[in-house]
Amino acid sequence: MFALARHAVTGHRRWPLAWRSPTPRRRYQVVIVGGGGHGLATAYYLAKEHGISDVAVLEKGWLGGGNTGRNTTIVRSNYLLDANAHFYEHSLKLWEGLSQELNFNVMFSQRGVLNLAHSDPQIDAFLRRGNAMRLNGIDAEWLDRDAVARRLPLLDCSDRARFPVLGGLLQPRGGVARHDAVAWGFARAADARGVDIIQNCEVTGIRRDGNRVVGVDTSRGHIAADKIGIVVAGHSSRLAAMAGLRMPIESHVLQAMVTEPVKPVLDTVVTSGAAHMYISQTDKGEVLVGGDLDGYNSYAQRGNLPQIEHIVQAAISVFPFLSRLRLMRTWGGIMDMTMDGSPIIARTPLAGLYFNGGWCYGGFKATPGSGWCFAHTIARDQPHPLNAAYTLERFASGRLLDEKGAGATPGAH
Amino acid sequence: MLLIECPWCGARPHTEFSYGGDAVVRRPPDPQAVSLDEWLDYVYLRDNPMGPHLEWWHHVYGCRRWMRMRRDTLTHDVLEVTPVDHPTGQGS
Repeated sequence: MFALARHAVTGHRRWPLAWRSPTPRRRYQVVIVGGGGHGLATAYYLAKEHGISDVAVLEKGWLGGGNTGRNTTIVRSNYLLDANAHFYEHSLKLWEGLSQELNFNVMFSQRGVLNLAHSDPQIDAFLRRGNAMRLNGIDAEWLDRDAVARRLPLLDCSDRARFPVLGGLLQPRGGVARHDAVAWGFARAADARGVDIIQNCEVTGIRRDGNRVVGVDTSRGHIAADKIGIVVAGHSSRLAAMAGLRMPIESHVLQAMVTEPVKPVLDTVVTSGAAHMYISQTDKGEVLVGGDLDGYNSYAQRGNLPQIEHIVQAAISVFPFLSRLRLMRTWGGIMDMTMDGSPIIARTPLAGLYFNGGWCYGGFKATPGSGWCFAHTIARDQPHPLNAAYTLERFASGRLLDEKGAGATPGAH
Repeated sequence: MLLIECPWCGARPHTEFSYGGDAVVRRPPDPQAVSLDEWLDYVYLRDNPMGPHLEWWHHVYGCRRWMRMRRDTLTHDVLEVTPVDHPTGQGS
């Protein structure tokens, strides 16, 4: 408060920097490619958990300017499969202490995540997933239709609804967080431990010496490194191709949108898989709506209008009050969709090169857990048990993590 | 909105089409005769280029014919549409 008043007098020109902007050195022990939440978290945990602070984070644009700033900020761990449940629950536990850990308010709000059930088979599937969650020590509650209606007074629970509500699976500890703050908090905390964060530095090539990587070519010159971590979300395939690797990934555009801000009307994150829609209200009051992929490969960070119309129709059919609101903004982000819908945090066939990507729709909630596991994988040159299943080799060996049971398709969550 | 020049129906909005994925990968003619790596390559691995991309589209709410299309994944420009007789590309 006093600082705000003091800096107002000087026209806000003398705020101290939250992190340095160093000139890149010619050599680092570890180079992290990608300055989003996952890359910054990786650098932070490398320094904190493994004592490796000779680290550079290279970001082609600005921190958190990619998917970190484009996601719909949902945090949850409501997974069926054991490997996913354990990993995402670890991440959720890190979220619960993250503001204290980073001394930066990431505005983590555990308002609950509710999946709506619209059919009897869906009820069976949700109960099965809820039971699996509880067996893995994760909170899950089944709400019948009346309980859902009490919790969400504006939801259309009538018999005439286009998507009749039969109940819902609630994870009370799920919620939302402030996405920019996550990037800034990890950046400041990593910088304080000696990590060099270098923005406007695009990686253009990965240098190899036989079967080992030795450094990266960047728009600011060559940087040598003992170990390189790729964590670039939608551009995963392109970075991997620089090292001669072909990935089980397609890049697709996913859109989201917000309405004009209104008074508090929705205190839970609500999803409807059947309607292809999920929704929450931001702290600013905007109603935030997302849906499914546009449906074709894209690197454009913008989508098409028919998909927006589809998502808006679904949202209005579930929450009729939305029809009175105007859309204020829409945007798109590039998802690195793996062929089984689960991520990759792993070593690669090249010594010294590590890969973190394939987060599909759901990278934001994984941010602290992903950085924590990736840091372990890089520092020890072997995965932690929590990410041991997220290998590249699983596609060849058949040990897929296919939550949806949909087979080889780059469209699953 | 993409405007797709269907070889049989003319320019139509993309909402009439369904996307069939990467058209560079080809199913090995004899799955029993290929190595595990070749099968992995066909089922899972993709070039995923930023720029021109060869892909399958199906005019599902139109003539229900398949076509191969070259489209830019960065600009979404439709660059070339080629008719095919069969979704595997056989006979084209």
